[in-house]
Amino acid sequence: MNDLGGYSVRADALASTEKLHKRSIGARVWSWRYIVLRRIVQVGVLLLFIGTAHWAWQYPAKTPFLSGNLSASKFIGLIPMADPFATLQIFLTGHVLQQEVLIGTAIIFGFYLLLGGRVFCAWVCPVNMVTDLAGWLRTKLDIRAIVHLPRSVRYFILAAALVLSAVTGVAAFEWVSPVGMMHREIIFGIGFGFLALLAIFLFDLLILKNGWCGHFCPLGAFWSLVGKAGLVKVRFDKTNCTHCGECAKVCPEPQVLNLKKIEERGMVFSGECSNCGRCTALCPEGSLAFDLRPLIRKHNARAEQSAV
Amino acid sequence: MAEQSVSRRDFLVKAAQGTAMAATGGLLWVYLLRQEARAHPFALRPPGALTEKDFNAACIKCGQCVVSCPYDTLKLAGSGGDLPIGMPYFEPRKIPCYLCPDIPCMKACPTGALSPELKNINDSRMGLAVIDLENCLSWKGLRCEICHRECPLKGKAITLEMHPRQLSKHAMFYPIVNSDACTGCGICEKACPTTEAAIRILPHSMVQGKIGEHYRLGWTFETEITQDFKPYEAPAPAPSDAPPPKKAPGMDYLNEGGL
Repeated sequence: MNDLGGYSVRADALASTEKLHKRSIGARVWSWRYIVLRRIVQVGVLLLFIGTAHWAWQYPAKTPFLSGNLSASKFIGLIPMADPFATLQIFLTGHVLQQEVLIGTAIIFGFYLLLGGRVFCAWVCPVNMVTDLAGWLRTKLDIRAIVHLPRSVRYFILAAALVLSAVTGVAAFEWVSPVGMMHREIIFGIGFGFLALLAIFLFDLLILKNGWCGHFCPLGAFWSLVGKAGLVKVRFDKTNCTHCGECAKVCPEPQVLNLKKIEERGMVFSGECSNCGRCTALCPEGSLAFDLRPLIRKHNARAEQSAV
Repeated sequence: MAEQSVSRRDFLVKAAQGTAMAATGGLLWVYLLRQEARAHPFALRPPGALTEKDFNAACIKCGQCVVSCPYDTLKLAGSGGDLPIGMPYFEPRKIPCYLCPDIPCMKACPTGALSPELKNINDSRMGLAVIDLENCLSWKGLRCEICHRECPLKGKAITLEMHPRQLSKHAMFYPIVNSDACTGCGICEKACPTTEAAIRILPHSMVQGKIGEHYRLGWTFETEITQDFKPYEAPAPAPSDAPPPKKAPGMDYLNEGGL
């Protein structure tokens, strides 16, 4: 047994890793399912916006299908949606918000409150495609870290965004947000936003792993705080986990997979988990899987009983 | 004791470092915001837009007004350009605002940055048409008056003034913009036939002066008369018993008698 950072590497853990490396091509492709699904959702959302803005997609007749962008939008002329973080900043500038944007905010806030806040990050946010690419390339090229930053920096940036909105009288993050830039410029025409994205890509690739999404983005920080209460969680079944650590290797927020802590709760409870599904698709023992929060306790109790 | 002072020192240094980071980052951020917000004073906003400062605060940069515009007049400003990032604007020389009576852009706005208080599109004030008198064909003495003919509020927003000339020449017809009716839609700017438009739309703050409230234009009917200019009447002298003042002899006929 080798001692490795507090956890002893067990024989069955090595076996798990080996199992993972030797899996068939079919199993390999199957393990990409969430990545493929996420890309479909991300591109799909973008496509609905682009189609409405450029090709005048309408439903019902003469009503824009999905008009606007991720800051605020309207679906089939009926359902308003709005980014709660953006409206919070606008609220702090002292502007009295109109009813429609408030309803839209409530809808989106409720949606992610149920689903888990950072579902937005992994499944909708377009910048995620850029940072995922940078992260994947970084692993392929085996680029070592040159700086370390605490991941809590994003919460300070979040606080600063709110304070500065009140001080300057403009929504502080919305005016510099690369998320907004990318989405707007894909839908409404190109400016120089791609330079900001290039900067993020290079920063993530060469300087700090998961730099933007994992350390800086205040929108992600906002959804992390909301996401604690989410209903869809990654269930952790300690009975068959061999502590091989493969999940933490692919996780963009590995601190949420602290095995000691998630053993107690039976799930990945941190709001910083974006439900990207990398770990669940990869886990060689099937210890990690998506589940609804109320069902997790029952499932784990049953698993423990059958293990005894 | 020594250990405690070291940890206190550590704490103070950490706190100072944190504060310095926050202050540097915050100042940089504020600088960026200010640069961006004052980027360009010439931006023309959609009908019903709040004043520039309130508009900057309220616009959520969603582009629903852009989607709703049937003439593709409105655009969202890209990042890094001359205009404040992500907000709607239009360039009348390319596509002017055609003044839809149902104001779809204003209705699409979820935040009220395009104010729903605008009920009649003719009451919108997106900017003000300004004529370059030196290059306006009509002011040069040619018959043009295209801006007047194209103006959706012709006769109100743009009027023509006739100035007869010598017998061998036709009269001059000067287009005049009236700010109380001009919506700033820019149809005149689009229609102007000169190489560079001789009539163009500018934000009110760029072109409009303010007379000040102390001027009274007594000859206009609209001017409220606040003072009556009655001739000065000396107060009646208080009755007194004192003898009348002594008069210089020899002067009486000048002071008392009629000439």
